[in-house]
Amino acid sequence: MNMGQALESDFSGVSGEGDQYLTFILAGEEYGIDILRVQEIRGWTKTTPIPNAPHYLKGVINLRGTIVPIVDLRERFGLERLDYGPTTVVIVVRVQGESRDRDMGIVVDAVSEVYNFNAKDRQAPPDLGGAIDDQFVQGLATVEEKMIILLDIDRLLNTGALAAAEQAD
Amino acid sequence: MSIDVSQFVQTFLEESFEGLDVMEAQLLDLQGDDVEAVNTIFRAAHSIKGGAGTFGFAAVGEFTHGVETLLDEMRSGHRSATPELVKLLLESVDCIREMLQAARDGAEVDAARIATVGAAIEASLGKGEAASADGEAAHGEVNVSSGWHIRFVPEPEVLRTGNDPLRLFAALEELGPLQVQCDLDRLPPFADMDAEACWLAWDLRLEGDASREAVAEVFEWVEDQCELLIEPLREDEGAGAEEDAPESVSPPPVSGATSGTPVPIASVPGSAVPASAASAKSRPATESSSIRVNIDKIDALINMVGELVITQSMLSQVGERLEGSAGADNLPCLEKLLEGLAQLERNTRELQESVMGIRMLPISFAFNRFPRMVHDLGAKLGKQVQLKLSGEQTELDKTVMEKIGDPLVHLVRNSIDHGIETPEVRVAAGKPAAGEVHLNAFHKGGNIVIQISDDGAGLNRDRILNKAVERGLVAPDQVLSDEQIHDLIFAPGFSTAEQVSDVSGRGVGMDVVRKNIKALGGSVEVQSRPGEGSTFTIRLPLTLAILDGQLVEVDGERYVVPLISIVESIQVRPEFVKSVAERRLVYRLRDEYIPILFLDALLGAGARPERQLTDSLLVVVEAEGQKLALVVDDLLGQQQVVIKALETNFRRVEGLSGATILGDGTVALILDVSGLMTLDKQAGGQPGWRPSREHEAA
Repeated sequence: MNMGQALESDFSGVSGEGDQYLTFILAGEEYGIDILRVQEIRGWTKTTPIPNAPHYLKGVINLRGTIVPIVDLRERFGLERLDYGPTTVVIVVRVQGESRDRDMGIVVDAVSEVYNFNAKDRQAPPDLGGAIDDQFVQGLATVEEKMIILLDIDRLLNTGALAAAEQAD
Repeated sequence: MSIDVSQFVQTFLEESFEGLDVMEAQLLDLQGDDVEAVNTIFRAAHSIKGGAGTFGFAAVGEFTHGVETLLDEMRSGHRSATPELVKLLLESVDCIREMLQAARDGAEVDAARIATVGAAIEASLGKGEAASADGEAAHGEVNVSSGWHIRFVPEPEVLRTGNDPLRLFAALEELGPLQVQCDLDRLPPFADMDAEACWLAWDLRLEGDASREAVAEVFEWVEDQCELLIEPLREDEGAGAEEDAPESVSPPPVSGATSGTPVPIASVPGSAVPASAASAKSRPATESSSIRVNIDKIDALINMVGELVITQSMLSQVGERLEGSAGADNLPCLEKLLEGLAQLERNTRELQESVMGIRMLPISFAFNRFPRMVHDLGAKLGKQVQLKLSGEQTELDKTVMEKIGDPLVHLVRNSIDHGIETPEVRVAAGKPAAGEVHLNAFHKGGNIVIQISDDGAGLNRDRILNKAVERGLVAPDQVLSDEQIHDLIFAPGFSTAEQVSDVSGRGVGMDVVRKNIKALGGSVEVQSRPGEGSTFTIRLPLTLAILDGQLVEVDGERYVVPLISIVESIQVRPEFVKSVAERRLVYRLRDEYIPILFLDALLGAGARPERQLTDSLLVVVEAEGQKLALVVDDLLGQQQVVIKALETNFRRVEGLSGATILGDGTVALILDVSGLMTLDKQAGGQPGWRPSREHEAA
């Protein structure tokens, strides 16, 4: 774990194998996140809503005694929301912040594959014209003619109302 | 030696701060020439000096050395404890503390002050030396010699404390050519021998011009665990010794002298290494049976126990459900299950209590700083103050303790500054010249009560009232009871100090004291009688980790309301619901109008239009002296809940003090009543209003 993080922060692509990414499906598109950040994958359970939180924060759940917030990625990206069913998947990820690490869950349609990507497989994201905030996209990769959008979960889950630090308000 | 000492620096610092506290306490109590007290002070200073040297805090070591020398002279009776000397020593304690704090935080020290105190110590030492010059003279001539004969007889325990004679000899060898002879006289019969004890003694012969101090320093860490004799070499002995002791010690050769007794020597390296690795502090400083445990570990344990409690309540729910549905054939089995569950419940409760107990510390940790403070403050203000402490062994949670320190300091300062009169005034009023401040602590119910009382002038009712009127806190014609007037001192922006002294009245008023105590879920109040003194009473929960809560249901969600903030719960009677400006509903409860707060509007997606107040219950809560009636759908029951922070994986949320996990594994949010009031004020009392945080881009 530490080793992996060190590699990842150093610069990826140094190791021969490249970095492993877990991919998941969201509205027909495939997204990837660094597999070392994935704590566990679980089914959808009812959440306890947090008052006055943004709509994409579905609430908090009890994950073996700690309180973990759950973010709906569809709603986070402004996509049409789906009803939660037995196949709805929550990926619990570790988000690294400036002061501390936090565990958070993201709701996705389905988990797909694990792929290795090294630096040359990845390309910087083109200007997406604001379709989704550029800063959340680490890069794009291609596997078997499929495009995979690699997400930077630290940025994604550490901004705005989800930020760890208290804001001035 | 490949041990990384940096890991012990933290421990050294903690121990040193404790040592300084001990020094301070003993110095303040020092009466006449109490040898035991001086010894205690000396030992503390000595440990700090030794540790400072080991961990590379040279300046601290050097400074403490002077202090230690002073203390040593007191210990040996060459110097008596005059008030000036005690003051100087107290000042040096402050200096050492400051230097260590600076070392810890990487901050700057007040070099000028330390230099001044250091110079004062030097000056004082100079005087002392003149007085005891005769005593020194005897040793003076032998201070430099062409060599030393050292008789080293360690106690059997020496290896267990991590001291390896071999290492000492290696250090000695650096000072000059060394010859070692091992003395096997103390060796017990093989059957009685403890392999980890040191039964050997040594005669060492060190040649060269090393000073006595240099030699003694090698033995610094073991000097109270051995008989040590350092004598200058005599010429004849020198010649003889050379024949008697053919061995020179560089680490491995010792074995040559011990061929007959391989066991103890073989045990030397073996036992010494783990011992020294395990204990950075190589001397048993205290006999206390306590250990230092990282607070994170305890928190982890507390979390685990919390989970156990949840599991237990989950299982007992299952058991109860089974009981209702079971057929006749599996009744015995069910009984067993229920029995087991009852036992589990008892075990978990006990376990939880004892784990919570680990975090409990006697309040003396918070009280310790006061003797010094009262001493200094009294001197500064020209008042005579006696401090009386009682109930120091009353225990409370470490977190609460850390947060109660500053409010306590403020209240004690206040008592001395405003409460206790000057000796002249006191004598004129027929009271003893010395005033008394009494700090008392005891448990009452689930709370700890801390009282700060003084026998001073008491609160000045008229002055408080005038000031309050002047500040616009009360109307001039308002009639107030004494209690209400006394309570005014906690109002924001209230300070009766006629001039701002540097003792109190620095803008940190009693309102802040009350606010901080409230934030801990406690309360503070004052009783006072003119001319007889005042008593401040602080009530605090024993711990911040668990809470007695009332479970309520609002809009299908369950919330926990802290029981301590609930005044009462009532059924709504429509005729008592009134509205103000058509928007804000208030409820008439006896003689009071209490604002009604729709929890679902404030916390949820907006008030449900179909909501009928008559179907609901009102939970009347109180915080910061204000009442609020919360509209809830149902009261579900009371239970003790384990508080989980939302900050761990999310952030603080206004209106909530945390969350907890219920028996069925779901999360319930814990309401923070004063936070709700703030939210309510922001919302302007309009149902359906929500603070918007949805402005950022998706």
